Amino acid sequence: MSAFTLHGRGLVGGVAEGEALVTSEALSGWGGVEPRRGRVIELRHELVGQSFAGKVLVFPGAKGSSGWSGMFHMSRLMGTAPAAMVFTTMNTKIALGVVVTRVPAITDLDADPLTTVRTGDWVRVDADRGEITVTRADG
Amino acid sequence: MRLAPDEQAMLDGEQGEAVQAAMDLLVRYGEVLGAERLVDTDNVCGANLFGSRHTMVCGSPGLDAAFSEHSLDAPVALPIPPVRAQSYQLIGPMDTRNWEVQGVSPEERDAVVASEAYSAEHGIHLMNTCTPYQVGNVPVKGEHCAWMESSAVVYVNSVLGARTNVEGRESTGAAMLTGKIPYWGYHLPENRFGSHLVDVRVPVADTLDWGLLGYWIGEQVAEGVPVLDGITTTPDLVKLKHFGAAAASSGGVELYHVPGITAEARTVEEAFDGARPAERLHYGPAERQQTYEHLNSTGRDTHVDLVMIGCPHATLGQIRDVVRLLEGRRVHAESELWVFTPRALREVAEANGYARALEAAGARLMSDTCPAIGQFLPEGTRVIATDSAKQVHYLPAIMDVQGWFGTLRDCVDAAVTGTWQGALR
Repeated sequence: MSAFTLHGRGLVGGVAEGEALVTSEALSGWGGVEPRRGRVIELRHELVGQSFAGKVLVFPGAKGSSGWSGMFHMSRLMGTAPAAMVFTTMNTKIALGVVVTRVPAITDLDADPLTTVRTGDWVRVDADRGEITVTRADG
Repeated sequence: MRLAPDEQAMLDGEQGEAVQAAMDLLVRYGEVLGAERLVDTDNVCGANLFGSRHTMVCGSPGLDAAFSEHSLDAPVALPIPPVRAQSYQLIGPMDTRNWEVQGVSPEERDAVVASEAYSAEHGIHLMNTCTPYQVGNVPVKGEHCAWMESSAVVYVNSVLGARTNVEGRESTGAAMLTGKIPYWGYHLPENRFGSHLVDVRVPVADTLDWGLLGYWIGEQVAEGVPVLDGITTTPDLVKLKHFGAAAASSGGVELYHVPGITAEARTVEEAFDGARPAERLHYGPAERQQTYEHLNSTGRDTHVDLVMIGCPHATLGQIRDVVRLLEGRRVHAESELWVFTPRALREVAEANGYARALEAAGARLMSDTCPAIGQFLPEGTRVIATDSAKQVHYLPAIMDVQGWFGTLRDCVDAAVTGTWQGALR
């Protein structure tokens, strides 16, 4: 079992773990995800058709419509929110989004999570301590 | 974050639980951003109209519960007081006159009407448009605002020099009750200078061209502040409306500068505050062609079921242009032509006879909403056409249809013939 830990800034407290869903492309909220199933619907996104429900979403952050927070807020109310969010680029959409999604969220990690974490890895996010622990899917 | 005494008092509950919840949300949000403080705002545009989609997921029925949950991120139903700041309702889910055309049930209509009445009772101006700057909310240079609606934010930041970030449903709800918003991002003068210099090497003449340029720039700069060099004509409101909407959809552009035209920069040097651009980009015929093909990539079948004009909401001039293009012609029996505008402009369009002329030609003037926000299309719609880069970006994804993008003339011709024959000229 190879595991490693990255340190950053915890934004929304709590501890959660799950399988990583990693993308190097920012996500659109309104018009980009569909909260009933927690699915990406943005046609030209590499994750189109995939669900982030219960996953640790590792991504650059938020782009597009101002409805971003509202969509992820809705995903929480519908039980399809990610287990945790790990992102790299701060803006108002992602900031408000993580606050209202109310799942552990972290940014400013000491290594780039978009290249060090892979989809399928098991990730434990401890936002209270500001760290993520990654266990490789391939052991 | 440092709180001023009046802000601390709100957080301590001195103005009631709803204002306390609003301040709590602003503090949580501001802390995540890393904002040092809040700033006063008396100009808030948000989205508080609730249909069953919103009320069914709240812990308890009723509009106080919906406002508490969706607009304040407060999990219990709080009694909501009248708003403190000047507050405006943006585009909503339903056209109060054409709801049947949208396929809205009477029960759902009643829910939205009740939600409008609730907003009105709380002092939220029922503007019902994505373009408040067209119909009476024109912020002045330097004015701190808290607006949602990415196309409106980029317009007032850039063209008017107002100061707002792209806010969300919850932060605008909280700003309405408190008159505060985090002092971060584009509220700070030092963050308003250019990042990318865009060397425009092709004439940017009509609205289609401005949409193509905006869409390409958004893809290139993501959240940068592009500065356009090489613009040789003065774009009007419509062109800048379409340009900004496109740039905000494909990327995350919230502010741009066209030196000599937009509010904050007379020259390229001024736009960069004398600094060197982080990046230089060139937009020429190849980029223009590529973007056009890109925006038409979901279009396969040439039979067009719906032509949608008015994203962002149409100006009176655009409505007039559609009327003129339809003169002596009729919308094809197997197509629809829908034009969307703010409710305030629909009044004028009716007074001018435009609404009647559209109806006589088999088209329809609608307001308050749009197919993407309200998620509705004529029954059986498989193919849409629009003159909006923003709409063709979103609608195929949201409604699972094919989309064509072209000029207003291409679009009206498609509505009349039932067939898409657009091309990049």
